[in-house]
Amino acid sequence: MNAWRGAWVAWRVLSLAQWREQPLRVLTTVLAISLGVALGAAVYLINTASLMQFDQATRRLLGDADIIVRGPVSGFDESVFVTLAQDRDVSVASPVLELDLALAQADHPTLKVVALDPLRALALQPQLALPLGADITALFAHDAIVLSRAAASALGLQRSGVLSVVVDGTVRSLRVIDVLPADAYPQALGIMDIGAAQWSLARLGKLNRVDLRLRPGVDPDSVRARLGLALPAGVFALTPQIERGRAASVTRAYRVNLDVLALVALLTGAFLIFSTQWLSVLRRRVALGLLRALGVTRHELRLALLAESAASGLAGSVLGVLLGTGTALLMLRYLGADLGSPQYAALGAALRVHAVPLLCFLLIGTGAACAGGALPALQAARRAPALALKAGDAEQDLSRLRTTLPGLALSALGALLAWLPPTGGLPIAGYLSIAALLFGSVLLVPAVTRRALAAIPASGRLIFDTALAQLRGSPASVSVSLSSIIVSFSLMVAMAIMVHSFRASFELWLTKLLPSDLQLRLGEGDDSAALTASMQARIGAVPGVARVEFRRLRPILLQAGRAPVTLIARDMAGQRAADALPLLREAPPPAGAPLPPAWISEAVQDLYGLRPGQLLELPLDGRISRFFIAGIWRDYVRSAGAIVIRRQDYLSSTGDASANYASIWRQPDSSESAIEAQIRAALGVGAALEIISSPELRERSLMAFDRAFVITYALEAVAVLIGLLGVSVAASSTALARRAQFGMLRHIGMLRAQVLWMLACEGVILSALAVLYGLLLGALLSLILVYVINRQSFNWSIDLSVPWLELAALGAALIAASALTALWSGRAAMSQDPIRAVREDW
Amino acid sequence: MTPAPRPPHRTSDLHAVLSIEALRKRYRLEGAMVLDGLELQLQAGEFIAIMGESGAGKSTLLNIIAGLDRPDSGRVLLDGTDVGALDDDASTRLRRAHIGFIFQAFHVLPYLTVLQNVALPLELLALERSQREPRALQWLERCGIAALAQRYPRELSGGELQRIAIARALVHEPALVLADEPTGNLDAATAAQILALLRQQVHASGASAILITHSLAAAHSADRIWQLQAGRLEPLAS
Repeated sequence: MNAWRGAWVAWRVLSLAQWREQPLRVLTTVLAISLGVALGAAVYLINTASLMQFDQATRRLLGDADIIVRGPVSGFDESVFVTLAQDRDVSVASPVLELDLALAQADHPTLKVVALDPLRALALQPQLALPLGADITALFAHDAIVLSRAAASALGLQRSGVLSVVVDGTVRSLRVIDVLPADAYPQALGIMDIGAAQWSLARLGKLNRVDLRLRPGVDPDSVRARLGLALPAGVFALTPQIERGRAASVTRAYRVNLDVLALVALLTGAFLIFSTQWLSVLRRRVALGLLRALGVTRHELRLALLAESAASGLAGSVLGVLLGTGTALLMLRYLGADLGSPQYAALGAALRVHAVPLLCFLLIGTGAACAGGALPALQAARRAPALALKAGDAEQDLSRLRTTLPGLALSALGALLAWLPPTGGLPIAGYLSIAALLFGSVLLVPAVTRRALAAIPASGRLIFDTALAQLRGSPASVSVSLSSIIVSFSLMVAMAIMVHSFRASFELWLTKLLPSDLQLRLGEGDDSAALTASMQARIGAVPGVARVEFRRLRPILLQAGRAPVTLIARDMAGQRAADALPLLREAPPPAGAPLPPAWISEAVQDLYGLRPGQLLELPLDGRISRFFIAGIWRDYVRSAGAIVIRRQDYLSSTGDASANYASIWRQPDSSESAIEAQIRAALGVGAALEIISSPELRERSLMAFDRAFVITYALEAVAVLIGLLGVSVAASSTALARRAQFGMLRHIGMLRAQVLWMLACEGVILSALAVLYGLLLGALLSLILVYVINRQSFNWSIDLSVPWLELAALGAALIAASALTALWSGRAAMSQDPIRAVREDW
Repeated sequence: MTPAPRPPHRTSDLHAVLSIEALRKRYRLEGAMVLDGLELQLQAGEFIAIMGESGAGKSTLLNIIAGLDRPDSGRVLLDGTDVGALDDDASTRLRRAHIGFIFQAFHVLPYLTVLQNVALPLELLALERSQREPRALQWLERCGIAALAQRYPRELSGGELQRIAIARALVHEPALVLADEPTGNLDAATAAQILALLRQQVHASGASAILITHSLAAAHSADRIWQLQAGRLEPLAS
């Protein structure tokens, strides 16, 4: 007979016992795994749907180009196109203007518009150009635009409709000459002829993208390198892969963090499996010993116990995959694919279920359960059957495990890992540091528990002292019970501290950046709708306006493979930078020739390796302008980086006096609504102009922040739920194992209420220890989250802030839950009469 | 290492099923020599009782015979196989095929029916359900508890539980039955019935048996009685 046969018999006997005796425990472990897998699967499926949607859209836009020449949104001279089209290695060149047009329409501030040469696009972007229809020349009209189906339905427009856009401070009308079929382009987009767009959108002689197809046999990399040398400053020759990867790279850290959070939920589930399996092995030691005596080998027993964990894992994983798929489907249908991050919004993303990744989730869930059950299985198989068949050896085998030194070593390793830099822009060492500290601290639980229990003084009250003696007498099972609670509680504490710190820092940051009464915006990210000098003068002249500060925001490319950095040119006349910006560090101006100052955000510092005091070269309108880095400031909006310069320096470098943001201070006796009405009347650009009071903007920003963390809170809540399940499972396992003891206590005269009170005392002592240990460990982990994971993921820093009240409430809830579950489990365990209870030694 | 399969023993096979030679065992914690050059020959079909004071080493001897514990020196030959020389897996397989166990505390699995409990050794020996259930039922009948086949152990008395244990110990027709204080938890009348049943069924199956007991009355159900004293077996009576 092979080992599988014996293992099968043992598994069947053991599982039957589990199912008969503690169906709730089995269901709980299945549920714990399923929640972890469900979260992972849902996050993965939504991520995939969103990324595939982005990828499909980018592929349609880029078509079959071999090289993309891209400049700043403000554009570069179209003579670059002529040079490129005449290059010996280029077979087709297609000029493109890619803009976010400001719309004079409420609720829809911008529309992405691609202006191209339809005839050349037929060769390079056939998927985009072919659906334009047979009469492609209709697009040549100066006011003609074709909308994608998504754009048309979002804007409520059809063929022959009129789209009002804001250009150079005036509202212009574009005719919708056609609407693309739904499968031509998945997101909102407008398509125009390049010549018409240059004319209608005031971009004469300007392009911001040229797509190139090379002659057959030419090496794209060498051509790209050669062309790059001849391009103006701030214009780069890119591969389509870089362009396609940009959407993914911008959101990568966010996605990875969500994946890790899902993994944390799964890890907590695996810990739950570990503790329940360990306690159940303790409880079933006689049955395990009997099976060994009857002829089940160590290997077979090990296999049987592992199979038990694997069965829970598999059942949980199947349930989790189904739950995750359903959740993803519902979220995509009703909430969208952004997972709380606006950068991530992919319109119309649809669920795509592939067997292989879901199979991987099944394997991960089952593997986590097996990993959780491995150590208890090994220990159970190692135990001598003759000893197992005797009562009272339960603690011995566990107590033999030496965990203190490995625990110290792992904790030390965790502390070291926290100092390592990111890998590929991701805080891999930070995650490993958290894992090592978590496991190391769990291994230290037995030693800490022994000392802590020994330090609790006797009260002189029978019930409390008996409870304390019981816990002191079973340090190993106490440690196992504590471990799963500590893991989930410490993670909960760490997350709570991190989110609270982030929110507090964000609020402070908003206060610093929004000192004025009103904020005004026109055409974010687009040059066509900026406030002209005369419009700025009109705003300044509105009665009741005390002071206006204008800002010009422009995306500029600093490096080929990176997302654009936002250049912010702002009025800073008479202000110290430290008063206007949330500065973290400053540097004195360099000696010698004076250079204008620039303040870079932490992301620019991290991504481009720049430091205060260094020289900064910015490509502005095709020329390099030099600045010195006067300081580092904190920016929570633009994770790709932002650079602040003085507006007068920007004006002297570019001659561009326009602005697209303004901060407005009102006179004390004026009303905000009157000022807003007068500004709207003075500018006459309709809904493209956004005016909002600073407190309202602060409120909205905080709401957006909370929305971004909704998914984090959900994942955290699941980890908490699994932790509480752990508390109840540990309590019920322990209570069941002590049925005979309870029976004995009842025999010698302890009242039922006294036994229950004793259990409640045990629950309170145990959970109070878990809360204290979890708080300390959680605080330690939060330091890694705040100073390592967050910093390396998003390239911005936050200040540590502890939510004392929230943590106290969480701790109290855990202690109360623990006492209640101990009581509940005790009641269940004492439901049988004491006579039978003392007879049973199972 | 897996021992070769052996046929069931019958009383007519007059060879030593169990041969113990110069067995020595010292308790690890106390350091006392509990078995000190112990010798024993057990013939096929023979039923012996071993008596001794608490701590004399009776259970230790039983565990060593079953391969659950290892001697410091000496040999235990079960049907010619040196049990002490087997690794854990091989000794477990030997136990599975050739030894039946009866415990003082019954150790009947509470979540299996009586029939399932008795059929468990046969299931471990990979017998099909169609073979093992009739055979288990047959043994339940022999032990007088066939009517309880579908009941669960928690509904039964101590005497009934020990009958189940006897049926389970014999159902796979082992060469050797080891009974460790099987009547220790029973009243005198029930104990007498159980011992009679044990003796009758052991003889009927052709197995050899070692009964560990404190009780002289219980020991009298055996063919020979040995006293474990100072680490050796001394004949007490026949």
